Amino acid sequence: MKEFLLMKGNEAIAEAAIRAGADAYFGYPITPQSEIMEYLMAEKAYERTGMVVLQAESELAAINMVYGAAGTGKRVLTSSSSPGISLMQESISYIAGAELPCVIINVVRAGPGLGTIQPSQADYFQSVKGGGHGDYRLIVLAPSSVQEMADFVPLAFDLAFKYRNPALILSDGVIGQMMEKVELFKTRPRITTFDQSWVLSGKPENRKANVITSLDLQPHPMEKHNHALQAKYRKMEEDEVRFEEIMCDDAEYLFVAYGSSARICSKALQLAREKGIKAGLLRPITLFPFPKKQIAKLAGRVKGMLSVEMSAGQMVEDIQLAVSGKVRVEHFGRYGGVIHSPLEVLAALENIFLKK
Amino acid sequence: MEINDIIKPENQVYKSSSILTDKPFSYCPGCGHGTANRLVAEVIEELGIQKDTIGIAPVGCSVLIYEFLDIDFSQAPHGRAPAVATGIKRVLPDKIVFTYQGDGDLAAIGTSETIHACNRGENITIIFVNNGIYGMTGGQMAPTTLPGMKTSTSPFGRNVETMGNPLKITELIAQLDGVHYVSRQSVNSPANVRKAKKAIRLAFESQINKQGLGFVEIVSNCNSGWKLSPIKANQWMEENMFPYYPLGDIKVDGKLIKTL
Ligand SMILES: Cc1ncc(C[n+]2csc(CCOP(=O)(O)OP(=O)(O)O)c2C)c(N)n1
Ligand code: SF4
Ligand SMILES: [Mg+2]
Repeated sequence: MKEFLLMKGNEAIAEAAIRAGADAYFGYPITPQSEIMEYLMAEKAYERTGMVVLQAESELAAINMVYGAAGTGKRVLTSSSSPGISLMQESISYIAGAELPCVIINVVRAGPGLGTIQPSQADYFQSVKGGGHGDYRLIVLAPSSVQEMADFVPLAFDLAFKYRNPALILSDGVIGQMMEKVELFKTRPRITTFDQSWVLSGKPENRKANVITSLDLQPHPMEKHNHALQAKYRKMEEDEVRFEEIMCDDAEYLFVAYGSSARICSKALQLAREKGIKAGLLRPITLFPFPKKQIAKLAGRVKGMLSVEMSAGQMVEDIQLAVSGKVRVEHFGRYGGVIHSPLEVLAALENIFLKK
Repeated sequence: MEINDIIKPENQVYKSSSILTDKPFSYCPGCGHGTANRLVAEVIEELGIQKDTIGIAPVGCSVLIYEFLDIDFSQAPHGRAPAVATGIKRVLPDKIVFTYQGDGDLAAIGTSETIHACNRGENITIIFVNNGIYGMTGGQMAPTTLPGMKTSTSPFGRNVETMGNPLKITELIAQLDGVHYVSRQSVNSPANVRKAKKAIRLAFESQINKQGLGFVEIVSNCNSGWKLSPIKANQWMEENMFPYYPLGDIKVDGKLIKTL
């Protein structure tokens, strides 16, 4: 029998983490995502599956606990919201450099600075461009429903382990706080079949000591390591792009939006169609790797693209890069914690592309 | 007597620890880090815990400790070793986890992680090498730099009015209930090396026996950063560092044995 529940997005993530066989969660409270740790504590995750849940003294400590535990080959995650993710960036760079798998959840709020606890999508840059120092990428998944909040946790773990790379679930305050029906997957057994030759376990006599490090004082080996990382990111771009298309086949104007903006756009799309405007929606599910090829393909078919984001315009730059001048690409979005309405989105499309 | 009459197993009085690799230390000649690394290696060998031990390397002169000791290691971001150790210990509670950190790492940038790991009573071991300076970056002032001491960022001596007083973090940590064993030692003389080794051993044993966190400060030198010869550096340490950072056990079996 299927198991349906009415849950908040944040609770769905927490429940999914337990069911996905996570070994540990380390975190620090911040609105709008504190329900994740609260749920894990209230649910006694340790008693259910043996999952360790620890409240750290800061996001800095939390991400370094993740780094340590990830080095043992365990399935580890943390969650935070924008200022907390900013604080973690140095260590996320270490984790990417040392090629460790882990899952990071960002339930984005508006900035800059302390900003507001209201939803935002202004962390796109720090999510898809690396975020910390050095050349690295995270696998970035953008859920747009409570269902996807749950489903993307095991997916993020699978991708993180497949590539030995941190995976980020980029959500926002709308989806984190929103309640929806969710169908939960069955608790998965712990996975122990992956290559564990690299993990920290204490050195037995029959193998060399394992070292988790991102350091190489010599520039040439360091460049080689960087080449290997880049090859990995290119492979992700070949194999892991995920997106959803709604009414793109005959579309003349294309909304490009992810997460909660994609939901708003799907309503704006409906309103546009009612008015006879042939609009379509491309929803990137992976923000890195970005659906560049699909966007380039659509650029040859549509008259204009509108990137709709709760930011001053971040993803729009990647769309412009993908389109490479073939079609006009514009941005619309409310930001600073304000959410655009479907009517505002439709009006923006009309003003930008359809005004005579 | 011929040399071959002397080099015989029965005449051997000392041998290098099996935990030490063949890699030569990258420390400056005369630096205390080499001795401290060796003592940790000897204790791991003598306790027979190589197959269960995971070390955390800091950012500092001892960052490459993972090349010198033949055990599993995780290198940590600057100051975060106690958090990295916490993550490992929490998912592998039966492994022996220790950090090896300098004073800038442990008592400046990483003060928060140090205090909170100790306060939670993580069952880990912390080896803290206090040389009163940032050795690796070329001799800048550390939180532990003595009043009046010259460094590259306190070229006229540490002015406590504007630069603060040296931080006795070990005394602070000893007062936390989560901590089982705290000691301050040095490696400047054969007698002190023996005492330091005993303290390191106790700090590992309290973890092995699941009694709680063991913390050993090693007051050390940095002849390069201090701009003194190795011998002068040790003399300076004895005359200036030891009075400020007195040697000896501070907390044993969870009880303070020194009035702080
Ligand atoms: C985030 C960060 N800030 C600064 C540095 C530069 N840095 C490297 S080592 C070091 C000081 C190390 O001093 P200490 O911990 O006392 O170790 P020592 O070299 O004296 O043994 C600093 C500031 C760094 N690597 N990372
Ligand atoms: S710089 Fe100082 S601490 Fe570093 S190896 Fe040389 S003497 Fe030792
Ligand atoms: Mg130092």
